[in-house]
Amino acid sequence: MTFLSFLISGISLGSIYAIIALGYTMVYGIAKMLNFAHGDVIMVGAYICFYAMSSFGLPPVVGILLAVVACTVLGMVIERLAYKPLRMAPSLAVLITAIGVSYFLQNSAQLLWSTNPKVFPSVVGNDGLKLFGGELSISYVTITTILTCLVIMVVLVSFTNHTRMGKAMRACSEDKGAAELMGINVDTTISVTFAIGSALAAVAGVLLCSAYPMLVPTTGSMPGIKAFTAAVFGGIGSIPGALLGGLLLGIIEIFAKAYISTQMSDAVVFAVLIVVLLVKPTGLLGKTIREKV
Amino acid sequence: MNKRLPPVKLVPVPSTNLIPERDAGSPPILECRHLGIDFGGLTAVSDFDMAIGRTEIAGLIGPNGAGKTTVFNLLTKVYQPTRGSILLNGQETSRMTTVQVNRAGIARTFQNIRLFDNLTVEDNVKLGLHNHINYGMWSGIFRLPKYWKEEKAAHERSLDLLSIFEMADLANVKAGSLPYGAQRRLEIVRALATGPSLLLLDEPAAGMNPSETAELMDNIVKIRDTFQIAILLIEHDMNLVMGICETICVLNFGQIIAKGTPEQITNNPVVIEAYLGKKGEE
Amino acid sequence: MKRLLSKNTRRQTQTYAAVAAAFLIIQLLGGMGALSSSLKGMLVPICAYVVMAISLNLTVGILGELSLGHAGFMSVGAFTGVTCAVILQDLVPFAPLRLALSMAVGALFAAAVGFLIGIPVLRLGGDYLAIVTLAFGEIIKSFFNNLFLGVDSRGLHMSLISDNTHLEEGHSLIIGGPMGIGGIQKISTFTAGFILILLALFVVFNLVGSRSGRAIMAVRDNRIAAESVGINITRYKLMAFVTSAAMAGAAGTLFAMNYSTFTANKFDFNTSILVLVFVVLGGLGNMFGSIVAAAALTILPEALRQFSDYRMLVYAIVLILVMLVTNNDTIKNFLARPFARLAREKGGSVHE
Repeated sequence: MTFLSFLISGISLGSIYAIIALGYTMVYGIAKMLNFAHGDVIMVGAYICFYAMSSFGLPPVVGILLAVVACTVLGMVIERLAYKPLRMAPSLAVLITAIGVSYFLQNSAQLLWSTNPKVFPSVVGNDGLKLFGGELSISYVTITTILTCLVIMVVLVSFTNHTRMGKAMRACSEDKGAAELMGINVDTTISVTFAIGSALAAVAGVLLCSAYPMLVPTTGSMPGIKAFTAAVFGGIGSIPGALLGGLLLGIIEIFAKAYISTQMSDAVVFAVLIVVLLVKPTGLLGKTIREKV
Repeated sequence: MNKRLPPVKLVPVPSTNLIPERDAGSPPILECRHLGIDFGGLTAVSDFDMAIGRTEIAGLIGPNGAGKTTVFNLLTKVYQPTRGSILLNGQETSRMTTVQVNRAGIARTFQNIRLFDNLTVEDNVKLGLHNHINYGMWSGIFRLPKYWKEEKAAHERSLDLLSIFEMADLANVKAGSLPYGAQRRLEIVRALATGPSLLLLDEPAAGMNPSETAELMDNIVKIRDTFQIAILLIEHDMNLVMGICETICVLNFGQIIAKGTPEQITNNPVVIEAYLGKKGEE
Repeated sequence: MKRLLSKNTRRQTQTYAAVAAAFLIIQLLGGMGALSSSLKGMLVPICAYVVMAISLNLTVGILGELSLGHAGFMSVGAFTGVTCAVILQDLVPFAPLRLALSMAVGALFAAAVGFLIGIPVLRLGGDYLAIVTLAFGEIIKSFFNNLFLGVDSRGLHMSLISDNTHLEEGHSLIIGGPMGIGGIQKISTFTAGFILILLALFVVFNLVGSRSGRAIMAVRDNRIAAESVGINITRYKLMAFVTSAAMAGAAGTLFAMNYSTFTANKFDFNTSILVLVFVVLGGLGNMFGSIVAAAALTILPEALRQFSDYRMLVYAIVLILVMLVTNNDTIKNFLARPFARLAREKGGSVHE
């Protein structure tokens, strides 16, 4: 029974990673950049939801909506101001800029909201389901997290596969030049991708802080890095890969904490990533690209 | 993307020994037997049989997408063959890597030029000489006498090799900033520097004007005569192929459709249909 | 040939000279008492970061592979180097020699770890290699955060996760898990840092100008062509990676011996990124640039002290703006316009 309970919390944590990883993977797929500021957008989303609920007494749903809207705008503004001017620049320059944006967000948060940790109120209450005569309890946060992740996945997959914008995204990730010649507005497409990724980050931020209710300006960093790892794990650029990678990473992390050592759990997670990449150099569901000679 | 249709007509290919008379006495430098490769169920090259004499200049021609460059990639182990064997100087190369094949004596140039763009022309040639320069990392870091001696020798050798194409005065230019034709010539020099017994040239005349091509033809023959090596070249310029190749192998849809001397190839109806026929329409 | 050789040599000589001049000026200012104590305290860390930047530039600029876990090697160097110094405390009373030996040990261990990591890592390419180096950096951090190591009359004892070393009475742990290392004798000096910088420059410059360095750059420029001329890719990737790791290890020892206590968290992802910023701002493959960027950006937050709480924010904005200005053609041209006009007014077009 404890095994099952660990598995469920693993899936729950993994769902959060998956939602963050989706943002990473979509942005990487289309802009071919490692957006290291993504983790900090999560943090911003969580803070906005926190203040909406605690300072203004708004209901959680409104708080979440506000966070989503704010992060969407933030994501698009970051893209427009910091990344768009560098579209032709070497990838390292973009990477450093992303790091600069990350520092900027963290330090702004520190100035605006101080470094004192905030205790995040759960958006769905702290109760849970009791199963097997109380032997297995699953909190509503866990259930909400898993369901949210599933809904997001289904919506996102059908969006990329069936809508005009989704097809434009896939075209841009294959070949931006060709997409542009076919009449696709590449700028808009990239902007929309950032918007979606950031909106997801806001959702992830709220879920993350509901499950682990400690909010500080660096809250987003480690989950951000891990979600990025999850995206690579599953094959960066692939949406199902992000889900698979996120879930596996969450499960591995919880099991490592439970059965190996709490302090070493991160090391175990990264070690598994390394092993996976050595066996499958482009991730679990990544495409292998052969260089033309 | 590269869907290959089966050959229109299967024509028996003459299996005559095509090695020129002067090389007939010694065993061939290269011998391919039933060489083939599949890419995920798609047969790119199959049943490729070929022998090249020690000082022969051989041509590999065929329409675009016929599998010519794939043959080069098989010979240099960029791809591992699915079937068949490659004998280099009588030695089986099937277990070798690209690096080992080069050390065993095959050097090549690339269709889409692959120079070390940020290094100078001389450094590019010295990289060709890499395995002939004898000093290690520590001698390099501490500038031991060995370093000075070997670097001096490498410098002189590089300039000698560059002078084949009268490029010695370009030694300090960045390779990436050379004009196109010069880049192609530098690739040949770099390949030669590795000391091959078989030189593979992938479209050496691409992008050159007629006078440059004529000069290149002279130089290819000169290289063969000076270094006494075999040369296998892929080329679309029929003047070059018919002008300097002693034997020609025609590839279509990954299979050899004809082999022979330039005269035999020019008069072969299958080749004309598959390849030269098209050329005539242009 | 001669002209280019002299061009390269001149550049290298200038770099050596600039470093030496900076050292002399700072020594002179220090002698005159013109240095603030906070700046004095930063001299050794600056040297350590300069060596880190030179070392990472070998991996990123010369070898052309992105590493996001370079602080891991610094960490290995710091922990092994300091452990060595503690053990040698009574055996080698002469501090500079003890420091030199410790740095050598730190470099050696970092090189060994670099070798072990490099074999699998260097098979990957591009962003995948970057993420795996990040992962190794985090693993190294976790490892030292959970390592307990002590020495007593029975020899060296170590354990992971919890303290099972069972040291004899009178002996205490050298590495105390999450507590890191404490009670260090601060034997790092600015002079030692200066010598280490010169050494790092010597190794990198001479490597780049030799047969091995050429091969490393060939791998960077065109892997397939390098293989086609018989260059063993793995060998030269490893050579660059291990050399780079060794230098980072020595820098780690130097850095750590400047503080009385430190923990593994000092060498985390942010430190790796910090060093990467030095390298990118200084210019890939440009060692002089790395030195300037490392020194300037280590002092910058200190110089921004008047902005107090805002200094890291200002740092972030400066970083973003510098990247935008140096990499966006429109902005570059816009900024260059006044200069161009000035040049025109002075007579003659800029294009001439």
